[in-house]
Amino acid sequence: MLREGEVRIPSGCAISGIFHKKGGNINGSDIIKSISVMHDRSNGLGGGFAGYGIYPEYKNYYAFHVFYDDKASKAACELFLEDHFDIVNLSRIPTKKIDKIRNEPLIWRYFVAPLPTKLASRQLDEREYVAQCVINVNSKINGAYIFSSGKNMGIFKAVGFPEDVGEFYMLDNYEGYCWTGHGRYPTNTPGWWGGAHPFGILDYSVVHNGEISSYDANRRYIESYGYKCNLLTDTEVISYIIDFLNRRQRLSFQDIASIIAAPFWSTISKLDEKLQQKLIYFRNNYASLLITGPFSILVGSEGKLMALNDRLKLRSMIVAENDEMAYVASEECAIRILEPQINRLYAPRGGEAVVFSLEE
Amino acid sequence: MEYLLNEYEVERDDYRCIRCGVCARQCANGVHSLNEVTKRMEADNSQCVNCHRCVSLCPSGALKIVKNRHTFRDNANWSRDNITEIYKQAATGGVLLSSMGNPKDYPGYFDRMLINASQVTNPSIDPLREPMETKTFLGKKITDIVRDSEGRIVYKSKPGLELSVPIMFSAMSYGSISYNAHESLARASRDLGIYYNTGEGGLHKDFYQYGANTIVQVASGRFGVHKDYLEAGAAIEIKMGQGAKPGIGGHLPGAKIIKDISETRMIPEGSDAISPAPHHDIYSIEDLRQLVYSLKEATNYKKPVIVKIAAVHNVAAIASGVARSGADIIAIDGYRGGTGAAPTRIRDNVGIPIELALASVDERLRQEGIREEVSIVVGGSIRSSADIVKAIALGADAVYIATSALIALGCHLCRNCQMGKCNWGIATQDPELVKRLNPNIGYKRLVNLITAWKHEIEEMMGGMGINSIEALKGNRFMLRGIGLNQKELDILGIKHAGE
Ligand code: SF4
Ligand code: SF4
Repeated sequence: MLREGEVRIPSGCAISGIFHKKGGNINGSDIIKSISVMHDRSNGLGGGFAGYGIYPEYKNYYAFHVFYDDKASKAACELFLEDHFDIVNLSRIPTKKIDKIRNEPLIWRYFVAPLPTKLASRQLDEREYVAQCVINVNSKINGAYIFSSGKNMGIFKAVGFPEDVGEFYMLDNYEGYCWTGHGRYPTNTPGWWGGAHPFGILDYSVVHNGEISSYDANRRYIESYGYKCNLLTDTEVISYIIDFLNRRQRLSFQDIASIIAAPFWSTISKLDEKLQQKLIYFRNNYASLLITGPFSILVGSEGKLMALNDRLKLRSMIVAENDEMAYVASEECAIRILEPQINRLYAPRGGEAVVFSLEE
Repeated sequence: MEYLLNEYEVERDDYRCIRCGVCARQCANGVHSLNEVTKRMEADNSQCVNCHRCVSLCPSGALKIVKNRHTFRDNANWSRDNITEIYKQAATGGVLLSSMGNPKDYPGYFDRMLINASQVTNPSIDPLREPMETKTFLGKKITDIVRDSEGRIVYKSKPGLELSVPIMFSAMSYGSISYNAHESLARASRDLGIYYNTGEGGLHKDFYQYGANTIVQVASGRFGVHKDYLEAGAAIEIKMGQGAKPGIGGHLPGAKIIKDISETRMIPEGSDAISPAPHHDIYSIEDLRQLVYSLKEATNYKKPVIVKIAAVHNVAAIASGVARSGADIIAIDGYRGGTGAAPTRIRDNVGIPIELALASVDERLRQEGIREEVSIVVGGSIRSSADIVKAIALGADAVYIATSALIALGCHLCRNCQMGKCNWGIATQDPELVKRLNPNIGYKRLVNLITAWKHEIEEMMGGMGINSIEALKGNRFMLRGIGLNQKELDILGIKHAGE
């Protein structure tokens, strides 16, 4: 059977996110609890989580989470890593044997910093260097797959129901200010763990529910800027788009939303001139980054969480806020299970980005 | 002795014929006549080009034109065309001329691609209920955002064109087609929010008013090019080549250089208008760059410059060179593209299909990371809205149509434009014939055609769950090949149906 990346596998899904605006700690078990009430939105073929603020002791190092098919791929990847990075710590990612999660690959974690000499000789910005190295490993080293590469954050994913995946990775041992979770409902059977969500590049992570119709237009655009879409999933291409626009073009999440889920021309024509000028500029110059078709996404990055729906709002997504906490989920029940007392509950309109940032 | 057999025969139902003589008055080729003795209408079949003018106008429906069933002895190798063309050349010693696009039975790739639709996992969108966007911009894109000294984004795009639908009327010169045809194209463009192209014959003074919807062309003959002309249009097109006759210039016979045309082209009345095969100031890519920049300089860098090339074997490499020459838009013309006159051998044997050219150019520019440096416009036999959807999914930003537009104006594809006796008032300068095309009706028919195609594009997009044409551009997942071999699929960058 073809592995994810050799064939495009559409999926339906459940997503959930929790954000502590003041930077307080949330235990990983909360996100498991939230996503597990939407059990029927997944089919046991993929689950995963991203946690932010979970590695405070190594917060200045990039945390690489890597899947290996076998020892040979591990050896090859480590050779590459040693060649490009200073590895300050490496270990297996602790997991618990549970019945429902099987066929696990080798799962390793490395805390690394770019080798200063290599970085200088490449004349690249540090994050660009790291991103290129990750893309290199993932497209060139057979059987090795870096699925998490940000600082002070980490992605945990597997083939299985999300609650089982959370238990497998023992997320109750982690604390962070932001968590996102994902349960996948792919339409055929991806046997490979790399295909589960979230997808991440540097500190950006994306969980997504939907199936975008613009996929190949987006993919072909972004690939001409050095990205390689190896998985053929929506989440992967959306992550690269966010990385390109936020890190490389320095656009805010709000501006990114007005590119990827751009307002309709009919709406734009009613806005004031200044705003029109800006939106026309974005829609003209980044036309190929418009994403169409149903999606609801949660984008995590350092200190931020963005929730966004496609411009027609073809997927459910609901946001809840209290003084300190913000919640986003495909269904309200996934929020209520964590917090029955909610001050503000709303469903953002299609294309309307909701962005939470850590308060200073 | 005449070796040629008549290609077509006029079949007249004598019982229906009322001897009104309309056919005789309408046929510029002088086929029909009344025999004063027998009081019956007769036909000189040798002159008939099968343009349907008489058939359409015969009030009693008495006429039909049929292919002459008279045959040569069966021969799979020597076709009727092969044989009759030799007779013609043996009689005249001349190069064969013909017009409109390559009619030969080569494979058509648009007809071997199928479009996707959403089912279950992703909803289709109803264009009658939800907004469906076909607006698009042509020109260079800004991919590295420019900020001012305070770090604010400068919201200024590069010069370009804004189209309400990704369709434009391709170059047809005043001279090769009539005043009324030009007026129809210009008015329709204004109504539709799109553009028409002057072709290489300059711009008639009456049509400066449509400048905002006009692309002015600069070709190797430089006919009618002056500062006001360059400034009149919304964009300037440098014509390097044409799909129907790559590597060949143009020749408008002196007979067609009537007063108005001579003024517009800025050449003496009655003199032949000859466009050299190459631009004699462009023998290489650096020279092209100089012309691109001189035109930009002349118009204060306010107008996008289009470079039009014919689809030839190494089109991807040529396009990559053009993209780096400063051009804002590349127009690629496929081998099926039309013409007012071209040597038959060139038309029928030179160039490559636009689908393959487009696919390889788009892919090459992306691989080189310069796809956003230029927009791609393709032409050369776009016959329907489905062709447009396929072209855009392959990677085009917009399409150029010409033959389709002429058909909307009444052209019946008799492929005899080079004779200058177009019975439909299109490819002619004979005032009596030109009158037959009423621009008030003509422009409306063009508006109807584009409006209908826009609706169809919206339907197909909605079916794919796409509500903006931008998300269709280069979206090759939406296409599947049918009956294509692996090499063809690889070039087109698509999978086979069922995969
Ligand atoms: S040339 Fe046209 S108008 Fe004349 S007989 Fe033939 S079909 Fe009729
Ligand atoms: S434009 Fe006129 S002459 Fe040319 S093919 Fe059409 S009908 Fe025939």
